[in-house]
Amino acid sequence: MSDQERELDHASGVETTGHEWDGIKELDNPLPRWWLWVFYATIVVAAVYWVLMPAWPGISGYTKGVLGQSDRADVSRELAALNAQRGVGAKKLTAASLEQIEQDPELQAYALQVGQSVFGDNCATCHGAGGAGAKGYPNLRDDVWLWGGGLADIHRTISVGVRSGHDQALGESMMPAFGRDQMLDHAKVEDVTEYVVALSRRPANAAAVQRAAQTFQDQCAACHGPTGKGDLAKGAPDLTDGEWLYGSSRQAIRDQIWNGRNGVMPTWEGRFSPETLKALAVYVHANAGGGESATD
Amino acid sequence: MTVVIDRVNRPEPVQRQGPASAAAKVRAKDARSGLYKPRTPIYPKLVHGRWRAIKWALLILTLTIYYVTPWIRWDRPGKLPDQAVLVDFAGRRFYFFDIQLWPQEVHYLTGLLVIAALGLFLATALFGRLWCGYACPQTVWTDLFIYVERLFEGDRNARMRLDAAPWSFDKLWRKVGKHAVWLGIGFGTGGAWIFYFHDAPQLIRDFWVGQGPMTAYVFCALLTFTTYVFAGFMREQVCIYMCPWPRIQGAMLDQHSLQVTYRYDRGEPRGAHKKAESWVGRGDCIDCRQCVVACPMGIDIRNGPQLECINCGLCIDACDEIMVKVGRSKALIAYDTDAAVADRQAGRKPVYRLVRARTVFYAVLLAAVSGLMLWGLTHRQPLDLHVLRDRNPTFVRLKDGSVRDGYTLKIANRSFEPQTYQVTFTGVPGATLKSPGVDADRPLAVEVPANEVRSVRVFVTAKPGQLSSANMPAAFQIRSGEAQATAKTLFLSGAAN
Repeated sequence: MSDQERELDHASGVETTGHEWDGIKELDNPLPRWWLWVFYATIVVAAVYWVLMPAWPGISGYTKGVLGQSDRADVSRELAALNAQRGVGAKKLTAASLEQIEQDPELQAYALQVGQSVFGDNCATCHGAGGAGAKGYPNLRDDVWLWGGGLADIHRTISVGVRSGHDQALGESMMPAFGRDQMLDHAKVEDVTEYVVALSRRPANAAAVQRAAQTFQDQCAACHGPTGKGDLAKGAPDLTDGEWLYGSSRQAIRDQIWNGRNGVMPTWEGRFSPETLKALAVYVHANAGGGESATD
Repeated sequence: MTVVIDRVNRPEPVQRQGPASAAAKVRAKDARSGLYKPRTPIYPKLVHGRWRAIKWALLILTLTIYYVTPWIRWDRPGKLPDQAVLVDFAGRRFYFFDIQLWPQEVHYLTGLLVIAALGLFLATALFGRLWCGYACPQTVWTDLFIYVERLFEGDRNARMRLDAAPWSFDKLWRKVGKHAVWLGIGFGTGGAWIFYFHDAPQLIRDFWVGQGPMTAYVFCALLTFTTYVFAGFMREQVCIYMCPWPRIQGAMLDQHSLQVTYRYDRGEPRGAHKKAESWVGRGDCIDCRQCVVACPMGIDIRNGPQLECINCGLCIDACDEIMVKVGRSKALIAYDTDAAVADRQAGRKPVYRLVRARTVFYAVLLAAVSGLMLWGLTHRQPLDLHVLRDRNPTFVRLKDGSVRDGYTLKIANRSFEPQTYQVTFTGVPGATLKSPGVDADRPLAVEVPANEVRSVRVFVTAKPGQLSSANMPAAFQIRSGEAQATAKTLFLSGAAN
């Protein structure tokens, strides 16, 4: 670039700036008037804005502006309105019993809406978005329940959790790790595995079943019952229903007897309001068919 | 050709007077109407006659319909709105007397628009631009605004004098008065519009105390503005430059369409005529230009059919007045066809052909679409059923080996009464139907309040022996009295059998 004299460009009739780059010169066209006026107008608008709205930061605060605009106040006002709106539905849920909620079409629809969103945010992580569960996490859609499938049972399980540290948490009794803790030797664990396979009406080694009969009565029947039907009060699974939390194969059953895994479910009492707990219980119950079949 | 740019011997800079850049040139030209033609003010003269009378009558009729409709009450049961015509955006319903449309039924609106378009095609092919001349809101409101203008400023000549005169108190109050009334009409127009979308008696109270919905204020302001500007200032410019219809006309009209026509076969050669002169050897047009000064579009109809002509017929009235005065027969300008004028010019008897391939085609289409709409409206079911099958999990196995599928039924009750629908499931023999909170022993019945949608969770359980395939076609049916609806779905059971 070289600075030269300003000259008049004969093609356009406009003066150049005197700047030149490789023979290309810059015309000294003034800014368009409209652009200039908009620019001045923005300056005026800014000055007005400083007066009306919060604008300048100070040492211990900021200029508030004469309109008193505050986004924080707006948000809290909207939140208050939202809570007031939610309060209407919440009050209805608080007043009604779980059965009443499920039987009233309108309350049920409301509870299902609340339940669905709460379930998706909190329960779906383990039980799956549809509640179908996964290995180690119970399926909430069928009629097999560890702690009972009635409305009250489900409500209790969600409230206090299983081995959750809550005062009244479920799951005081534990499945022992028979193998790992050397309560039974390898051969006996193998035999009991065959026995459990036989309980679920599948072909098993008859001799092993024979040998394990006494062991089962001594070690397992206390919780799972003499016929292996389980015990809802202890959360002991029914071993005859063909539904397996940790898998149905011999290997999976042997692993469970050897290691004795005990599931944990958190308590939600502190996290959810009482009406949310109710809505969630109704949601889970309804999605498990909502019938009497869900009660055992 | 080679262009040599001499970079060494630069030409001497030419000194010019004033701006000379390309932009400046255009700008200078623009100021003298270079790029855009400035609007030439039109001062239509008041005429009297048959077409003017029809236009007044239609103006009163159409404006009455527009302003009165939202105030018609129509009893509907329960909490439903009692306004005869209401577009309820918040509640997502359109009420039109006994008809009530849901958003899913928007095809009726499409049908209505198709009918309107075909009706317009047919009317245009038969009788020319009747819509433009008599019924278009732009024409009607412009007519009303010119009427107001005339009240304050007088007829054509007085208005032209007033505009040319320097400012005075007389000019000021007339102008201010006119614009005030225009704005008032504009406000009334926008104000009436918003009543179609809310309960009118409620809104009119809320509106004045600042409690109306924001959309009401916005649309009222918008329509006040457009009415004031379109009818007060832009007028014929809207028709000529903004409206697509004049362009579409070309495809609708043919030589047999009725249009406002200057019968040149009779009028030419034109020229001034003195009282005693003979009419032999000359046309009836005395070149008095009354047709031109009466025209709200500012055109000369004697130039033949034009894009600008809205076929309002005011020039017919203007010309008829003159023809009576000079003692010639009326209808030198009349609703006529190009073909008829050409026939007369050639000495043949004019033939008017209303039935042509084009008009028959439009009429048949119009009848077909109207018939379809009518059939649809009379045969619509007051209920609707949608089934959403659970996809996660698609099914669950129960303890006893049976399989359960979950569904969400969405039942829409489009009637004005609460209904109880009996729900049945078909497709899987012996399958049982159950809904949470409902006694399993009784048949499933769902109550749906008037004019609402209710979704219901239902579960279908089937024994393994009943399942003939892993994927069985099935259907839900709901029934309430005569009304019934069926929705197809599937019963999935994996490899259950």
